[in-house]
Amino acid sequence: MTERYAVRQSGSGGQGMILAGVILAEAVGIYDGKNVAQTQSYGPEARGGASRSDVVISDGEIDYPKAEEIDLLMTLTQESFDNYHKSLKPDGILIYDSDYVKPNVKNPPFKMYGYPIIRVAREYVGKEIVANIVALGIIAEKTGIVSKESLEKAVLARVPKGTEVLNRRALETGYLLAQGKKLLD
Amino acid sequence: MEEDKEWRLLQGNEACAEGALLGGCNFFAGYPITPSSEIAEYLSRELPRRGGVFIQMEDEIASMGAVIGASLAGAKAMTATSGPGFSLKQENLGFASFCEVPCVVVNVMRGGPSTGQPTLTSQADVLQARWGPHGDHPIIALAPSSVEETLFLTIESFNLAEKYREPVILLLDEVIAHMREKTYIPKPEEIHLVERKKPTCPPDDYLPFEMTEDYIPPLAAYGEGYRFHVTGLTHDQRGFPTNRPDEAEQLLTRLKMKMEFHKKDMWKYEGLFLEPVPDILVVTYGSTARVAKRAVRIARDEGISVGLLRVITVWPFPDEVVKQLASEVKGIIVPEQNQGQIICEVERYVRRDIPVVGVHRFDGSMMEPSQIYNTIKEMKQKWQ
Repeated sequence: MTERYAVRQSGSGGQGMILAGVILAEAVGIYDGKNVAQTQSYGPEARGGASRSDVVISDGEIDYPKAEEIDLLMTLTQESFDNYHKSLKPDGILIYDSDYVKPNVKNPPFKMYGYPIIRVAREYVGKEIVANIVALGIIAEKTGIVSKESLEKAVLARVPKGTEVLNRRALETGYLLAQGKKLLD
Repeated sequence: MEEDKEWRLLQGNEACAEGALLGGCNFFAGYPITPSSEIAEYLSRELPRRGGVFIQMEDEIASMGAVIGASLAGAKAMTATSGPGFSLKQENLGFASFCEVPCVVVNVMRGGPSTGQPTLTSQADVLQARWGPHGDHPIIALAPSSVEETLFLTIESFNLAEKYREPVILLLDEVIAHMREKTYIPKPEEIHLVERKKPTCPPDDYLPFEMTEDYIPPLAAYGEGYRFHVTGLTHDQRGFPTNRPDEAEQLLTRLKMKMEFHKKDMWKYEGLFLEPVPDILVVTYGSTARVAKRAVRIARDEGISVGLLRVITVWPFPDEVVKQLASEVKGIIVPEQNQGQIICEVERYVRRDIPVVGVHRFDGSMMEPSQIYNTIKEMKQKWQ
């Protein structure tokens, strides 16, 4: 069977997890030319509640479209960490918001990277709403599953007109965070 | 690929709307309901821009009525809804079927019954699609299992509706409707569009419900000079009410024959690992087929002889295909996101004493491959 790479981005409703999934899928599927399936789960409410978005990436046919074992988990809330970290592969990667998530697992087999994603979006980039784009930048830098060129194209194609500068800055901030740059005092 | 917009990342609902536009849809009436609303949203933007009509009616009943009226006036008309809305449409859907009004009705299946689980998935309306309206009646229903297939089956739905002068139900489920996948957008010259058969006789001789050789009467559009009557009462060939037993029997017989005579042309299905015929056959449809494919592939990697039949045309059910396979395999598994609906149909065509086992999930979540795989394994172990 062909190799699959599964990404789950999770948080609470309104944090832009589904848009982040759509952007990642578009970058990998349309601009990088691989097969992708993006699915999501959310509650009937527009804000709050658990929200998650899965992107499965493959060079071959994607039959089952949901993430079974997760290669990369990005989580902005403790609840989503608690719910999903058990699905991470032993050689998987966890990226989390270090202000909101305490990854309380002993000797985790997976790699963990925590950053104050939401705070950086608010205080360094200028708007909390772009935390999902910062997170995408971190994912690209840490995994290489998507080319930065494609990711930037996809971000700019999907965000509202007039916010391009802000979102490009958010993406670059994600790269810097993942490279280990300290951006806040 | 940016300049060449042949491939787009689309949601199933968006692909359905795009397929409708490519399929010639020029009239949409609907009432928004999760998880189908994106279809109306997309068409509300695109139809007026292309000279078509989008109208949000006061409810689902009126939407179905508007679709029937538009179609009789010559439009390629569509509506889209989900569970509770589909229930409301049944009376008018029965009218459309009995009066042979071509149209496309999309039902994005969500958790039921009643208001159920609006944001979650299900396949529990499959029998409603067949028998929702009362009375014996013909119906065509298609169930895609990917976003791209949704686009092409929406085009196909319009073509079947026009060709056979019947409503076509496109049965999506929440997973397909909200999933995004890379989708090929065909160019207009790559698409074959079917137009309904129109009368060639003088208006005075026109029989809108004529007993023709192919069982499909020509349909004039209102406003083209042909005056004719359409009623939900049992009607004669002119379209007027009749209680004559011979006329009633002839009409219902013709409608049944229309499906029997043309069903092979309507059938679409996909076989996977069916040659040579496997020991175990999995019969499935819609998004569940993707779960089943994964389970089948895992089982085959372990040396289990198992194949898969994905039914795309759910109604009319490909009875002869299932009958043939059922005469050769040792057991059948039918996974569906409900408590067992298509399994009843499959069982009708199994004429031997072999196990027919359902795999069910109805909690709103998509089935997992392990559920189907475990059932395959259990069936295999019973023979060892």
